[in-house]
Amino acid sequence: MTAVETVLSGLTSGIASGGIAVVDLTNTLSPDFPVIVLPAEFGQCEPFRMETVSRYDGDGPAWYWNNISMNEHTGTHFDAPAHWITGKDVPNGTVDRLPPADFIHPAVVIDISAQAAADEDFILTRAFLEAWEASHGPIPPRHWILLRTDWYKRVGTLAYLNLKEDGAHSPGPDAEAMRFLVHERACIGLGVETVGTDAGQAAHFEEPLPAHSVLHGNGRYGLQCLTNLDQLPVRGAVIVATPLKIQGGSGSPLRVIALKPGL
Amino acid sequence: MTLRPRPEKRDPLQRKVERHVPAGLRSRAMHAMSARAAQGRFVLQQCVECSAVTYPPRDICPVCWGELAWRDQVQGATLLAETTVRVTTDLYFRAHMPWRMGTIALDAGPVALAHLSRNLTVGGRADVRLMIDKGGNAALFAMAAGEEPDMSDKQWREFVVPVRDRTILVTDGRGAVGQAVVAALQAAGAASVVVGLPAPAQPPAALAGLTGVRIVPLDLTDTRSVSECLTDIAGPLDIVVNTARFVRRGDGLIDQKHALDVTVLGLLRLTQGCAPMLQGRPSGAFVDIVSSAALAPDAGFPAFSAAQAAHLSLLQSFRHQMRGSGVRVMTLFTGPVDDEDHQSVPMPKVAPSRIAKGVVDALEGGREQLCVGDAAVDAMARWSDDPALYIREKNL
Repeated sequence: MTAVETVLSGLTSGIASGGIAVVDLTNTLSPDFPVIVLPAEFGQCEPFRMETVSRYDGDGPAWYWNNISMNEHTGTHFDAPAHWITGKDVPNGTVDRLPPADFIHPAVVIDISAQAAADEDFILTRAFLEAWEASHGPIPPRHWILLRTDWYKRVGTLAYLNLKEDGAHSPGPDAEAMRFLVHERACIGLGVETVGTDAGQAAHFEEPLPAHSVLHGNGRYGLQCLTNLDQLPVRGAVIVATPLKIQGGSGSPLRVIALKPGL
Repeated sequence: MTLRPRPEKRDPLQRKVERHVPAGLRSRAMHAMSARAAQGRFVLQQCVECSAVTYPPRDICPVCWGELAWRDQVQGATLLAETTVRVTTDLYFRAHMPWRMGTIALDAGPVALAHLSRNLTVGGRADVRLMIDKGGNAALFAMAAGEEPDMSDKQWREFVVPVRDRTILVTDGRGAVGQAVVAALQAAGAASVVVGLPAPAQPPAALAGLTGVRIVPLDLTDTRSVSECLTDIAGPLDIVVNTARFVRRGDGLIDQKHALDVTVLGLLRLTQGCAPMLQGRPSGAFVDIVSSAALAPDAGFPAFSAAQAAHLSLLQSFRHQMRGSGVRVMTLFTGPVDDEDHQSVPMPKVAPSRIAKGVVDALEGGREQLCVGDAAVDAMARWSDDPALYIREKNL
């Protein structure tokens, strides 16, 4: 057996034995899962919809299947660089052309759940990240940055989108934090539990919507509406995120799993 | 939320009462009368040659063989004789015995058989209304002159849809129309008004604290949401008022698709879900608020107009599908509404409270079709008169 074959064999046997645990980071795709709400002058994101074609009935006596429809950014989903205007000229920036090797990367989990609980508009800053590195060690390159906010616990309630009269309220990064992660820590992308990589009020930032703008302008990715980030270690988890191969697609709903050391 | 008590109690061990409707077979001339009665008109045929007014409907003047035309007539009459029917082979009337009928001398000329209100006596002056019976056909109903319709009169109740003590679903409580409709139904004594609210809308302040009003999640674009909402309505459902619509200028594909999803497919999801519930009720009704743009498109709102036209078509089919069960399907036509959806439209616009009053009037007056506001009345008149011309002049 070659060294690579040994690694792959160890991976599968580790999963089979439970030595490697598989964590589902995906929310269930359902008609009532909330989608991002934009100001009324913009086009809106379509939620997930499902119509039964047949269910062991006259329309299909022995089979059950549904027609489904949704936006590319509905449910737990992947943002490709072409999603944002800053990434419109990034080569191979649509989901059908992404290098498949980018679908598997290690992750660093940054826990801001206490801060988000205290302040639902908590802003992740460069200073916060530097302080985090001082206590947890540097963020290695080519990693997903996963922001644990415990926001997934709000799924199923109005507090998930947290829409108020002045818009949505949820935590997210500012522009300096994003530039730090992208340019100085060479991250693969940013993964969040909220409905967008940007904070709920990020449209009003001095540099608006910095996560989308900086990530995609530099060919990085976004993962949104993740769940169970509280089950991941700070380091050592590997994310498997394979968006659908939609021709010219800007993103895609997908199943995201994490591999982590198990028992 | 406080529920109003429902006076109606039913022994759960009793066999379900099967409901019937009056026989539907009628002549073509009679259907022409019913079509006009559905619009709230009091019409009789009048000869274009000798001016004789005739009833029941015929194909030719019984006096001179001249051509007959439908004309609006005065509604006064005198009750000549009355009788109480106690035995019949008709399944519908058997369930409603005894039944009072009489012969009336219409001020317009003919003598006719009419259903009678409790308070009308022989020799007395009567106001006659042309009603639609449970089978969908025109019928004359005579009440004492000046008498207000009496909702406790069991014969009158067969021609209308009482609101008091009923459970009513209003499909969308977000807009001004939905909220006004809820308030009007609540004020008219509905036992329970269940109000749909599509996520992620917040419960509107206008509906807070109203007795008997309950807000539930409902999104007509989601089949599962419709079915869950209907399941969630405790007890029988008597009336559905569909206030959901999607109004946008222009014809963007995304907006058109959403308008069709809310207005057309949404209506299908709703009717398919609620029809069995309404069919089991003694006075089930489905009321829909339709824009006059369904008759002729408004080129400023092409996507909305197209969705409304398709919506009206489905609604008419639904009315005929419900004929055999006695469920009434009522259409309220409105022009532009004075709400946030029509900010760009100049006055005159119809007030949401006026539409809400129209919903109660249509139900309690037994109206199959009602035009609310001057714009809707004018649109219907022009469209009925000359549809091709109306489409042109509407968009000049």
